Amino acid sequence: MKPVLEIQGLTKQFGGLVAVDNVDLNIQKGEIRALIGPNGSGKTTVLNLVSGVYEPTKGSILFKGQSVFNKRPHLLVREGMKRTFQSARLFRELSVLQNVMVGLHGQTKGGLFGIVFSLPGAKGEERMICDKAAEVLEFVGLLGQANTLAKNLPYGQQRLLEIARGLISQPDLLLLDEPAAGMNPSETFELVTLLGKIRDRGITIFLIEHDMNLVMEISDFITVLNFGRKIAEGSPGEVQNNEEVIEAYLGKRARYA
Amino acid sequence: MSLKKLSVKISFYLAMAIVLASLPSLIRSNYWIGTVNLAIIYSIAVLGLNIILGLTGQLNIAQAAFWGIGAYTAALLNTRLGWPFWATFLVAPPTAAAFGVILGFPTLKLSGRYLALATLGFGIIISLIAHNWKEFTGGVDGIPGITSPVLGPLKFSTNASFYYLALVCLILLALAQIKIKNSRMGRAFQAIKDNELAAELSGVNTFKYRVIAFALCSAYGGMAGQLFAHGTKYVSAETFFVDMSILFICMLMIGGAGSIAGSIIGASLLTFIPEWLRFLQGPWAMAIFGLAIIIIMIFMPGGLVGLASFIGSKIAMHLRRSIQAGTGRTTSRDVGVSKGTE
Repeated sequence: MKPVLEIQGLTKQFGGLVAVDNVDLNIQKGEIRALIGPNGSGKTTVLNLVSGVYEPTKGSILFKGQSVFNKRPHLLVREGMKRTFQSARLFRELSVLQNVMVGLHGQTKGGLFGIVFSLPGAKGEERMICDKAAEVLEFVGLLGQANTLAKNLPYGQQRLLEIARGLISQPDLLLLDEPAAGMNPSETFELVTLLGKIRDRGITIFLIEHDMNLVMEISDFITVLNFGRKIAEGSPGEVQNNEEVIEAYLGKRARYA
Repeated sequence: MSLKKLSVKISFYLAMAIVLASLPSLIRSNYWIGTVNLAIIYSIAVLGLNIILGLTGQLNIAQAAFWGIGAYTAALLNTRLGWPFWATFLVAPPTAAAFGVILGFPTLKLSGRYLALATLGFGIIISLIAHNWKEFTGGVDGIPGITSPVLGPLKFSTNASFYYLALVCLILLALAQIKIKNSRMGRAFQAIKDNELAAELSGVNTFKYRVIAFALCSAYGGMAGQLFAHGTKYVSAETFFVDMSILFICMLMIGGAGSIAGSIIGASLLTFIPEWLRFLQGPWAMAIFGLAIIIIMIFMPGGLVGLASFIGSKIAMHLRRSIQAGTGRTTSRDVGVSKGTE
């Protein structure tokens, strides 16, 4: 089967700095893939390239067989790609429910005329958006907070809200940038269950994460970056025992004379 | 909603309708009714500004220019081609909106102070054209002799009769904006204000909605200008200089940016306060006016509406605490799903 995401020879240079260097990466449908590596190894840059925020210097990225280049990010969203950010980027002055409702924007089309004159089409669509948002909030466990302003949520729940905003449009691929950052251990534990449930809905997950326990527990495959280059790829067990990975994280093994 | 709440709401609206309907006979003075009309027309312009600045968060210092475009479109079509009020009513707002799109497109990638400067420049250009293209705009002498609206046997030529027409326009435009605010379009605007990148990556075509916000803002401004032209029967370049744009922004900030009620309250207050301060004579009135604006902006960032809701939430919290203290248990929280405010 064709991979959901195919990355080939991806390179991104910022001036003299090569942030991502000739990376190949394929993600199959239904997979949970983690991208790990020390700080500054180019993980977030890869995510920004995939989601259309950056233009690459070289290489290709195919999402469902189509190139993502020269496409504005909202168009990629419409084709089924959603992402979250390293530090929650919510619509702070909107309610939790409204935040999630925005996530369905690309899949709806009510225009000015229908809205101002309350035409049945626009009204029905609005009700559908609201119902779906409530359903997604229940799925991530935030329905009780539906009317709270996003800025008043505790940080861990803000991260969940970002995931809910991504989920509402039922994307094919969900990109998560450090979803566990800022979560306490029990929230992280619930996140593991939630990510499994998301995968069970047929959504492919590509995540960056520093919490190694979480990564090892949920990932099907792990790709490791160091200084922008891919140094290893495989199942959690394989990656954990890879010499080069251990070296990248812990430094060279000391030699005793 | 409970029956009691509903009846309270209905009687509130009824009382308001009676007050608004009898306002001209209560005020009597032709001068003050004229000032009320001006406040209504300013409210419409500020409602437009609320879309771009209050909801979408883009600073636009050109609302007076759109007002002017609407006013001149109406004045020229009326005096040169003999178009009646209702014809210019249909043409002036879209004309202003077209200029809004013209300003919106090239400034798509600008934000904050850069956008503010670009819109300021646009406002100055329009003002200079109005001042200097004399054979077309009449310059500072302006265009007199604009006719009053006529609807069947009704003629809206006096301030008191024009009041009803302007009021109906304001109410309809405010209702339209309430609907826009609580729709997917309004959420897209507010998403752009809070985080443009996140809006784009949530599926909002941020370019498109920024241009739509500009178009709507200028359509409201054009509508206000059109009403002004037919209400005062005279338009000149003096009536929409750049300082008017600043005044509109002050009105919105003082009333409460993002709030529909706040837009109307702010516009009305800043129309009347200079009139009330008139007894001070000369520069002192404007100095006090300016100082008051600065103080309000520093101490009430949410405007009057923000202050009112802040006080309201404090009172509600106090009441809830005293109830909890009285019964000794927490009240169950309402987890119902409501779709928006206003």
